[in-house]
Amino acid sequence: MMTEIALNVLDVAENSVRAGAALIRISVFADTRADRMEIVIEDNGCGMTPEQIRQVEDPFFTTRKTRKVGLGVPFFKYSAQCTGGNFKITSQVGQGTRVTAVYVLSSIDRMPLGDMPGIIHTLITFNTHIDFVYTYSVDGRGFTLDTRQVKEILEGLPLDTPEVSSYIEAFLKENTREADQDVRL
Amino acid sequence: MDMAVNVRTKQQERAKNDEKEREYMKSLAELKAIRERMQGQVGMRSEDDSQIRVVVGMATCGIASGARPVLKTLADAVQEKKLSNVMVTQTGCIGLCKYEPIVEVMEPGKDKVTYVKMTPEKALEVVDRHLIRGQVVTEYTLGNIKL
Repeated sequence: MMTEIALNVLDVAENSVRAGAALIRISVFADTRADRMEIVIEDNGCGMTPEQIRQVEDPFFTTRKTRKVGLGVPFFKYSAQCTGGNFKITSQVGQGTRVTAVYVLSSIDRMPLGDMPGIIHTLITFNTHIDFVYTYSVDGRGFTLDTRQVKEILEGLPLDTPEVSSYIEAFLKENTREADQDVRL
Repeated sequence: MDMAVNVRTKQQERAKNDEKEREYMKSLAELKAIRERMQGQVGMRSEDDSQIRVVVGMATCGIASGARPVLKTLADAVQEKKLSNVMVTQTGCIGLCKYEPIVEVMEPGKDKVTYVKMTPEKALEVVDRHLIRGQVVTEYTLGNIKL
């Protein structure tokens, strides 16, 4: 079991990487007044058939050949459902996949959101060939980081150059802090 | 009078928003400055024969047992100590979930070294002793644990 929602996001986003996505969108929308938090991971990878979608939510299904169990999606699904929230996967072969998890914020069973800036930074700097659009919003305050925009400014300088990597990390942290203010997710 | 106060707060809010916008723009300008500074430097990363590859298992099993802090510690240490001959990457499930977090060190011309049940502290030791001084930290290798 994961200890933070962010680790589930990292794990499920790795599926998008393996699905050959060129663009992965990750968004976190928290609304304390509605007591909800929605997390969406969307990619333009190879997609899944309806049959595969059913299987992927089953812990004993995986496309990997190394083992016969795949717990990533079931973990993520359970983390949302146990709060009284919900979970949905929509996908089309050749188009991509969209995974949505909705949490009830005040539920005692909701694990902390965890280090979102950290996992987004990891995803961006370890998968520089993929573009990421990350949106983070808390009660309407928030920001978006689009690596396509960053790459345009960098003119070929790689995203995992130490100086650039540190900049992205600081950017994510500072903006998250600003969006959070006194809300603790 | 209430209205006047209202208008003033709205104006203050708008000014604040403008400021935020400016901050964001400034950040992007900072990125431009980084690019200009870096472009002068040639041969930032050479992928030649002496390149050491450090691979961290980052599938569900790895992440659940704490691979992310290990990966982060390794990447930060390699960057901090300027080990330009070391490349830290991630991979999926290595097939030994029980022993995660697993870190593999691949050095050209040498046998692959598999470190098991890693922590950020152990990772720093591997950086100092193995990656910098070339001594395998046998205490943490797969060969050292009873299967």
